[in-house]
Amino acid sequence: MAGIVSYGTYIPYSRITRAALGGGRGERAVAGYDEDSTSLAVEAAREALPGAPPIDTLLFATTSPPYAEKLGAATIHAACNLPAGVTSLDLGGSTRTGLTALLTGVDLAAARRTALLCTSDVVIGAPEGPRERGGGDAAASFVLGDEDRSIARLIGRASVSEEVLDVWRTPEMPFARQWEDRFGANALLPLMRAAATEAIGAAGIQPADLATVIVDGTNARAVKALPRALGLKPEQLADDLAASVGRAGAAHAGLLLARAFDAAAPGDRIAVVVGADGADAAVFEVTERISEARPRHSVDAWIESKRNDLAANTYHKWRGVLPFEPPRRPDPDRPAAPPMRRGEGWKYGFVGSRCSACETANLPPQRVCVACGAVDQMREEPYADAVCRVVTFTLDHLAYTLQPPVVAAVLDFEKGGRFQCELTDVDPKAVAIGNELEMSFRYLYTADGIHNYFWKARPRR
Amino acid sequence: MGSTGIKDRVAIVGMGCTPFGEHWDKSTEDLLIDAATETFQSAGVERDAVDAYWLGTMGSGASGMALSEPLKIQYKPVTHVENFCATGSEALRNACYAVASGAYDLAMAIGVEKLKDSGFSGLVVSGVADDGTSSTMTAPAMFSLLAPAYCKKYGLDEETLKDVLSRIAYKNHLNGAKNPKAQYRREVPMEAIKASPQVAGMLGIMDCSGVSDGAAAAIICRAEDAHRYSDHPIFVKALSCIVGPAEGHKRQEYDFTSFPEVVANGEDAYQQAGVKDPRSEISMAEVHDCFTPTELVLMEDLGFSARGDAWKDVLDGRFELKGPQPVNPDGGLKSFGHPIGASGLRMMYEMWLQLRGEAGDRQIKDPKLGLTHNLGGQPGRCVSFASIVGS
Repeated sequence: MAGIVSYGTYIPYSRITRAALGGGRGERAVAGYDEDSTSLAVEAAREALPGAPPIDTLLFATTSPPYAEKLGAATIHAACNLPAGVTSLDLGGSTRTGLTALLTGVDLAAARRTALLCTSDVVIGAPEGPRERGGGDAAASFVLGDEDRSIARLIGRASVSEEVLDVWRTPEMPFARQWEDRFGANALLPLMRAAATEAIGAAGIQPADLATVIVDGTNARAVKALPRALGLKPEQLADDLAASVGRAGAAHAGLLLARAFDAAAPGDRIAVVVGADGADAAVFEVTERISEARPRHSVDAWIESKRNDLAANTYHKWRGVLPFEPPRRPDPDRPAAPPMRRGEGWKYGFVGSRCSACETANLPPQRVCVACGAVDQMREEPYADAVCRVVTFTLDHLAYTLQPPVVAAVLDFEKGGRFQCELTDVDPKAVAIGNELEMSFRYLYTADGIHNYFWKARPRR
Repeated sequence: MGSTGIKDRVAIVGMGCTPFGEHWDKSTEDLLIDAATETFQSAGVERDAVDAYWLGTMGSGASGMALSEPLKIQYKPVTHVENFCATGSEALRNACYAVASGAYDLAMAIGVEKLKDSGFSGLVVSGVADDGTSSTMTAPAMFSLLAPAYCKKYGLDEETLKDVLSRIAYKNHLNGAKNPKAQYRREVPMEAIKASPQVAGMLGIMDCSGVSDGAAAAIICRAEDAHRYSDHPIFVKALSCIVGPAEGHKRQEYDFTSFPEVVANGEDAYQQAGVKDPRSEISMAEVHDCFTPTELVLMEDLGFSARGDAWKDVLDGRFELKGPQPVNPDGGLKSFGHPIGASGLRMMYEMWLQLRGEAGDRQIKDPKLGLTHNLGGQPGRCVSFASIVGS
């Protein structure tokens, strides 16, 4: 069998308290005004990819795709600077798709196709409703590959498909709806129990042998009832992160699985069960390699790195739920397809250039070296992971943005090269010359339905 | 080889300038007709005496027809030039060269901009189709990058720099208050300048030049013909245009406390005019004070102040109307207003008035050499123009 070779997660910087959203305890994670499910997925994939084997297939699972028609996986592919020749596809339709796609990725890996799975969601609910309060925005990524490279082997699995009307949303509906919860619990619990029992049995173990069990689903009653139905002890259950992140749609099970990996020891058996439009269950066994494959950020590190002072108006403005007074400035121009394609490496991958004649970095990529004037002597150099410092900066109160003021800075990279760009996830009052920053994949604005993805700098998280 | 210039080979024999401001009742065409008519009268010539035209506008028209159609120019060469905010100066420079070359006897340079019809705040530049990665920073934000860098380099605290910048705005408004054609014609107290609403970084609205409509024009002839048209022509001593490789945003060496393009500009212009010490030899200057930090840095780049000393010179009053080296006696972009394509020629219009002793309440005593400096772009990547003129 195949398994998980590496993993990574991403939780955006902002949180809004449930009190600000009308009631309830704790807070939920909120994608920035410049983030969507694709950009979140890129950030998580960047955590999972270092040291991973070459990717053959890229799967992107989300229920909040930024485009109804246009492949998010292709954007992620470009932003991760993956080689051509990768099969890429988007999956969605249900928050269960995250786990279904994980099983599919393992199937691909078993067929010797290394897969990168990106799950992410930006969960928008109707204001003051349970979905808005209970949802969260996050991403989790996994590389699925050979058993001998795995940090966790898939040792048991099961799936149940069933037509159940629980959560639904047409492309025209701004918010999903959900059927009465007692019906959903009645319909989904048996499916989840059947899948879980079969997967645990296939692994050749008993429920009591599981170190951690992750239960997720659209129906809170079913999610709560399943552990008792399986005879699990409370200490076996993973924290559902409801108090700190919220349920992150298609990414949620993966986020909880990643958090289990953050703390897992070799030999631990971890079960994941998701009930939504049917049910999937998977049982993993953690291997000795776990200690070598942990990402730069643990889930708890992301959770701790935050601001949680967001106001409800700001949150609703960011999500497009609340119309607002635009600045007296022209709407941004839509980016044009041919130059985006010519500059793909720069725009999506943040790949700069370095002059082979004089070794000066040139950002964005140039043909004529800014230092020595050599023509066409450039080689590509990736900058997405480069660290930089503020040379000078400004707060632009006039420019078009969903979050005024625009914070912009001139940045010098430690490995050479200079670039001026926007800052994000930053307290305008805290910006100073010399601040250390790192790059993050965002979108600058949407114009004519085109999401204009590019990189910004953020304080190191 | 080299930039040898055309010192004393051409003369300006007539100039005109509309009032700058919010001309809700005038179109681009109206402004061009007003400026051109005043300029023809100033030189004492009819329209048809002018052999060739250079029209500067950044966004208020395209092609020579933007001028030929409103003026009904009768089958003459009309060239549209554009070089960001230095557009008006480019029209002048090219017209001067055409005359100096002997190709034409009489040329007109005219600049115009109609900014107030857009309905937007600040300057709006329509971009070419691109990949969406270029900066969408507004002009005040771009120039505000100078402030923290200047403070850091010279150990100034923000409060001191704010005083310095406010003094620049105060001076230019004081000068503009004496100018019947300026957009803003009132003195503004220092406190009001300092307290004005934030626009970008350290800059408040009172650190920004006026967004306005306007037009200005000049008629140029060969120096030996000058007295046929004017009892008091002014003579071109130097014309310099410097465009850099925009390396300030790419090379870590650039520190955002200077415009290398302007430094080169000054050296070129002084060399053409034979000026050895600009601090003592340049009697007055109209410089590109698009935002207050720009004027501060320009004083050093143009050699009026030693490096790192301009802020002290500002506080000492060196550049005030009664100071030893008045800068922006007409109010500058700050108070006179900044209709992009017209500004370079508006600067020259003040030199025309001052050198001829026609500047009224603003008259500088016995000026010898005047400098105009006009800049377009932003710190680290700009186009720059400088001229020196004298009687």
